[in-house]
Amino acid sequence: MTNLDWRAATRHRLFWPVAVLVALLLINVPFTPGFFAIHVRAGHLYGSLVNILIFSAPIVLVALGMTLVIATGGIDLSVGAVLAIAGAASCLYISKETDQNSLSGVLIAVAIGLGAGLVCGAWNGWLVAGRGVQPIVATLILMVAGRGVAQLITSGQIITINSNTPFGVIGGYWLGFPFSVLLIAVMVTLAVVLTRRTALGLLIESVGGNAEASRLVGIRARRIKLMAYIFCGLCAALAGLINSSNLSAADSNNAGLWIELDAILAVVIGGTSLLGGRFYLGGTVIGALIIETLQNTIFTIGVPTQTNLVFKAVMVIFVFLLQSPAFRAKVFRRRARPSAPAVADAAPPATLTTSEVGR
Amino acid sequence: MAEPQPVLEMTGISKQFPGVRALSGVDFRLLPGEIHALLGENGAGKSTLVKVLTGVYELDEGRISLNGAPVRFSSPLQSQQSGISTVYQEVNLCPNLTVAENILLGREPTRRGAIRWRELRRRAAELAARIGLELDVSAPLGAYPLAIQQLVAIVRAVGIDAKVLILDEPTSSLDRDEVERLFGVMRRLKAEGVAILFVSHFLDQIYEVCDRMTILRNGQLVGEYPVTELDQVALVQKMIGRELGELEALTGHIRPAVGDPLVETRGLGRKGAIEPFDLSIHRGEVVGLAGLLGSGRTESARLLFGADGADSGEVRIEERKVSLDSPVAAIAHGIAFCSENRKTEGLVPDLTVRENIILALQAARGWTRPIPAAQRDELVAKYITALDVRPANPEAKVGTLSGGNQQKVLLARWLITQPKLLILDEPTRGIDVGAKAEIQKLVVSLSEEGMSLLFISAELEEVLRLSHTIGVLRDRRLVAQIANGPDVTADRILETIASGAGT
Repeated sequence: MTNLDWRAATRHRLFWPVAVLVALLLINVPFTPGFFAIHVRAGHLYGSLVNILIFSAPIVLVALGMTLVIATGGIDLSVGAVLAIAGAASCLYISKETDQNSLSGVLIAVAIGLGAGLVCGAWNGWLVAGRGVQPIVATLILMVAGRGVAQLITSGQIITINSNTPFGVIGGYWLGFPFSVLLIAVMVTLAVVLTRRTALGLLIESVGGNAEASRLVGIRARRIKLMAYIFCGLCAALAGLINSSNLSAADSNNAGLWIELDAILAVVIGGTSLLGGRFYLGGTVIGALIIETLQNTIFTIGVPTQTNLVFKAVMVIFVFLLQSPAFRAKVFRRRARPSAPAVADAAPPATLTTSEVGR
Repeated sequence: MAEPQPVLEMTGISKQFPGVRALSGVDFRLLPGEIHALLGENGAGKSTLVKVLTGVYELDEGRISLNGAPVRFSSPLQSQQSGISTVYQEVNLCPNLTVAENILLGREPTRRGAIRWRELRRRAAELAARIGLELDVSAPLGAYPLAIQQLVAIVRAVGIDAKVLILDEPTSSLDRDEVERLFGVMRRLKAEGVAILFVSHFLDQIYEVCDRMTILRNGQLVGEYPVTELDQVALVQKMIGRELGELEALTGHIRPAVGDPLVETRGLGRKGAIEPFDLSIHRGEVVGLAGLLGSGRTESARLLFGADGADSGEVRIEERKVSLDSPVAAIAHGIAFCSENRKTEGLVPDLTVRENIILALQAARGWTRPIPAAQRDELVAKYITALDVRPANPEAKVGTLSGGNQQKVLLARWLITQPKLLILDEPTRGIDVGAKAEIQKLVVSLSEEGMSLLFISAELEEVLRLSHTIGVLRDRRLVAQIANGPDVTADRILETIASGAGT
């Protein structure tokens, strides 16, 4: 019976992503003493796991928005640029403030940053849903142009701001708790409630699964798509604020560089198809955590810097192989083979069929 | 018994899927130079048997022998290499490549790695000519109508040395002339000794072209019969395993049109699709549309549903002028539309049966007002039972259901919204006799309850049996509207289609 439960568990969608994440975390243990330890130091939560969570915040957020966009059958390449624009706009406002500690000033800066994200998302959504431009082309425009806009905002400089302002809280600590982790929790909950407690999730999956059928069933696909892109822009902007708050600066050239690819990777690891349709927010979060943990692991086990990317690539391929039923069947069959004939002899023909199905 | 040795023999074939025994102990054989029909309701195991034979599925038990030698296929390629070729319902070719490239794709004549284009075209034309198909092989495949593409698929499949040809519902999107042409090709191949396995839902066609038939029911063999020894009624009874009183009971059911006009069109038309037409549909009335493929049946339905925009005319619903410029608008006025293309325009295959059923209702409510779970489950269960969707599992992915059950899911999707006018475009195409009778019965009872229906079908008998009024289309024009009555026969409708004269 427990054997059966175990089998059912391995078939769960999230089993392999979670297994990979756990394995990655375990790899860290021999290299980092007290890896799993979490303690309070100077009133703040500290520990390797806490760090991973904090650093994963931007990619979790961006991947979250990306999941919904991909589910509608689209893609958003501009998230990195939007992240940079939001960071630049907020930092510019704060840097011009005479008192950078003023809470109202910081709130306005945050609103400006998020507003920029909403506008960018609406622009993408308008191109895709309103004008019918292919998503990859439509968002490529902002991916390229957006970085230019960000540089324009910062006049090509890196804008620095004071680190001990209320703005610093976004990427730092709030009441001893890492604020960005709180933000992740809020945004994930928001996304889940927005899609699963309303009918939005079903309609998104329908539009992504069969656009023409969705039109003929009376779904206002344009509106749905527009909402997905706007949400994605908002998530990217939030990630930009966290990023700038962490650095106490806005670096238009490097903020969120290539994050769109990591985000897409996280979505795919999480089990959402790039073709659109069914989407899995939980899977995306796990996928993003895997990517961040991998990054962290590369540093802690001391992989030489120049081999970083190759190592990451190999690990990603490994993760995908593990998730492929065909690959698993091949590997695990080889291990299971010696005992198989005995089972087949003893059991009625029905068992034989089930063992054959595994091919 | 001077029967020749079978070219293909399958014995004791069994195939198990999780939770379903799709085939158990089925025997099947094909003699050289015969056309053999494989018959059964949806879900009887026809496609599974074909897929076992073509190597898509591996069999669990049983043996296959080809020309007396045992074979075992674990991939479609192996099956093809042994001389078993298949043409599927949907043409699986590349419309952007030329006919010649399509025919010889993967076996192009080459010299030192380069394709010999002239030779390629010559050989392709030769192969096409062999089945009596003369066409410009250097034109892109997409330039030809579907029927010709189907024939090209056969040319490709037969190639040089196919011994067994499987035709899986090749006629479902062809019109009468095109079917005749296909039959000519089949007879020609038969004369050359090719064994043809023909899967079709059109019983008339089977009697026209086949020599023998094998009937399956619930994954088991019912029997193998020469076509001359089993009449249609007996055949249908063997397929569904019960008496066929239900279909009979519907015949002769003709009532006068009832109620006030619900929908009226005045000069509604769209260039290149359908000439302006006037049509009125009353409450509780079934209006049938008859006409050949491409005569404008589907096009007129799409205008009424706002799926395509009209460029002339107006629509009145309950005597008020309305604008039907999108499906959303039409749905808001109580119009529902089941497209003839279930897969591309109806189902969302990744979603479950439940999700597919509630989709239209949910779309109408908007995303902010989800249907409460309890109410949703109750509605879905009610319609699954009422329409007898099998399997009766709301969690099943709709893509895994058989054609007839997918059609029922689509019907449920619209019935749940309680439309005033339900447009059914070929609702019974490609589904089995049992499901067909159920859908016809449903049309009658819906109309008795006061719903108006626009019923489109290529089968005249069906249109005649169900409609109060029959609209006849020809060359994209509505040429006649005939009140159904005892004196209206299929011949008369055909005459109208042929002559284009109204009554």
